[in-house]
Amino acid sequence: MSKQRKRKQKYSQGLWRLTIERLFRQRSGIAGMIILGILVLIAIFAPFIAPYDPIEPLIGIENIKKREKPCIHLLGCSADKPQHIMGIDGNVRDLFSRVVYGTRVSLFIGFITIGFAVVVGVFLGTIAGYSGGWLEDVIMRTLDVMLAFPFLLLAIAITSVLGPGLTNAMLAIAIVSIPAYARVIRSSVLSVKEEEYVSAARAVGASPIRIVSQHILPNALPPLIVQGTLGIGTAILEAAALSFLGLGAQPPTPEWGAMLSAERAQLFSAPHLVFFPGLAIMITVLGFNLLGDGLRDAMDPRLRL
Amino acid sequence: MLKYTLRRFVAAIPVLFGVLVVIFILARVVPGDPCTAMLGEKATPEICERFLHEKGLDKPIYIQFMVYVGDIFSGDFGTSIRFNRPIVDILIERLPLSIELGFIALVIASTLGITAGIISAIRHNSYVDVSTMVLANVGVSMPVFWLGLMLAYIFALVLKGTPFQLPPSGRLSPGMKCIPFYEVYDWNLVPDTFAYGVSEFVSNMFIFNSFITGDWIVFLDAIQHMILPAVALSTIPMAIIARMTRSSMLQVLSLDYVRTAKAKGLREIRVIVLHALQNALLPIVTIIGLQLGTLFSGAILTETIFGLSGVGKSLFEAITARDFPIIQGFTLVVAVGYVASNLIVDLSYAFFDPRISLE
Repeated sequence: MSKQRKRKQKYSQGLWRLTIERLFRQRSGIAGMIILGILVLIAIFAPFIAPYDPIEPLIGIENIKKREKPCIHLLGCSADKPQHIMGIDGNVRDLFSRVVYGTRVSLFIGFITIGFAVVVGVFLGTIAGYSGGWLEDVIMRTLDVMLAFPFLLLAIAITSVLGPGLTNAMLAIAIVSIPAYARVIRSSVLSVKEEEYVSAARAVGASPIRIVSQHILPNALPPLIVQGTLGIGTAILEAAALSFLGLGAQPPTPEWGAMLSAERAQLFSAPHLVFFPGLAIMITVLGFNLLGDGLRDAMDPRLRL
Repeated sequence: MLKYTLRRFVAAIPVLFGVLVVIFILARVVPGDPCTAMLGEKATPEICERFLHEKGLDKPIYIQFMVYVGDIFSGDFGTSIRFNRPIVDILIERLPLSIELGFIALVIASTLGITAGIISAIRHNSYVDVSTMVLANVGVSMPVFWLGLMLAYIFALVLKGTPFQLPPSGRLSPGMKCIPFYEVYDWNLVPDTFAYGVSEFVSNMFIFNSFITGDWIVFLDAIQHMILPAVALSTIPMAIIARMTRSSMLQVLSLDYVRTAKAKGLREIRVIVLHALQNALLPIVTIIGLQLGTLFSGAILTETIFGLSGVGKSLFEAITARDFPIIQGFTLVVAVGYVASNLIVDLSYAFFDPRISLE
């Protein structure tokens, strides 16, 4: 028994090492890791990077007006003025500091929502795939109905039931994301279920829980990780969209979608207030997409797009 | 083929039934009670009781559901609380805009996406290929609302006064009017009939309507207003289609019969279009079909940004204003349209790939 486990561990270590080796040979994987690495550092060290408080207005602290244009000393902004590289927002706050703190919010949103969706999705997908029968029908048809609604529409509907707010928006996105993971896991389970080693495990009397956790899930992991990485990007995008529509993060939370939404009407007079938060969203989502693509190529060359 | 089509139709019924149930439940669990929402301050307990009785809301929930389903099948989607107008009328007014917007966006996304994908595949690993794919990656990662606002800023403000200036909002310039085709051609339609509804629906597609009536000034104006929203909406699907086309073409281009065709001395364009593309189309069609959901989600944001009163914007406004009948009616139309288009995509497989017999 212990010998078997040891061999299994060795095998799975091999898979991970191979994946990481392949990932480092990939342009998109490396680019994604660099972008996300920087973003994670920004999120961790936000208080040291941000020159100002993200929420407190600068009224009375500095002599500046609201929605002032970016002032960068290197680009010829006179040195006696305080430097604000992304300008000042409508509530007289340093936009750069808010964008920096926004990294925390967005990464948090991405990881938590997809974490939740993966856990629930894996649970439902495994039950559906492993048990079969009416239980599978009920689960899969319910998920089909969820997929009959466009993603954002369903998220908006759920948020409107729960009430606006960041937590509810995250919950809505998590719920809407569940079908994708449940389906990935179910199809993996279905393909692995008939393998001989699973029959063998069943023959020696392994419990269903053991078979699922020891034999089926490890094999279903690669597509799940790829899907999850890409899903984090989508979740961040959708959360920003919900916040943009006023259903997600509420002011004064430094969330990029909400920041953009707050200054939308000032697009023509203060475009920088719309430009920078959006750029931040794009770079973050790009990071996850690149890493997801890289992981897909590294983990399973057959899935290559 | 007929058998398969029928079977797919039958398989869609439980999903549509589920959609009805979900919409029915959602509209009833949304916080706020319909009586106070509709009557506002006037809502005393007695008036509310009569109101609920009139609307059938005091009956058991399963009877309410059956009444709701019965109404849907007889074409009665209810009356909007906010506008006090039948939902069907509002749909006739607003759905055409969304259909036009979505259709144009899909055409832009498919033509440019497929072209870019083919060029990338032919010049595999070249400078062109790499930059196209980088652009595609950036395209998928862009928030639609940000792109829309940036486009509006560039084309309405930065390029103001140049020939490239485009309007950032609305469907037509102030003062312009799109005269319905049935008025231009003197059709004598009786209001509140089916034919009138259909004609009204068609005439609300401004670009199409001005095209068939030959009103070129309105036609050009309507197109100018549609460019920015359609481009913003098409970006994500375009990027996804380009990636899928590239990978599908790469796979086909490496097959033997393509080499044979080249060896026979056929012109490259002929090999690519007739031999390779035709066989690479199946996954491309699938992915285009899957973009309809993206398009709708995007339409909510695009319509909001560009001030277009289509289904997406109306639906969002209805949700924030708790206008249940609109939420129910519009969501149902969107979901049914989505399920139907997926069905069409499935059925089109046999057309694009005769090897699939569908039996």
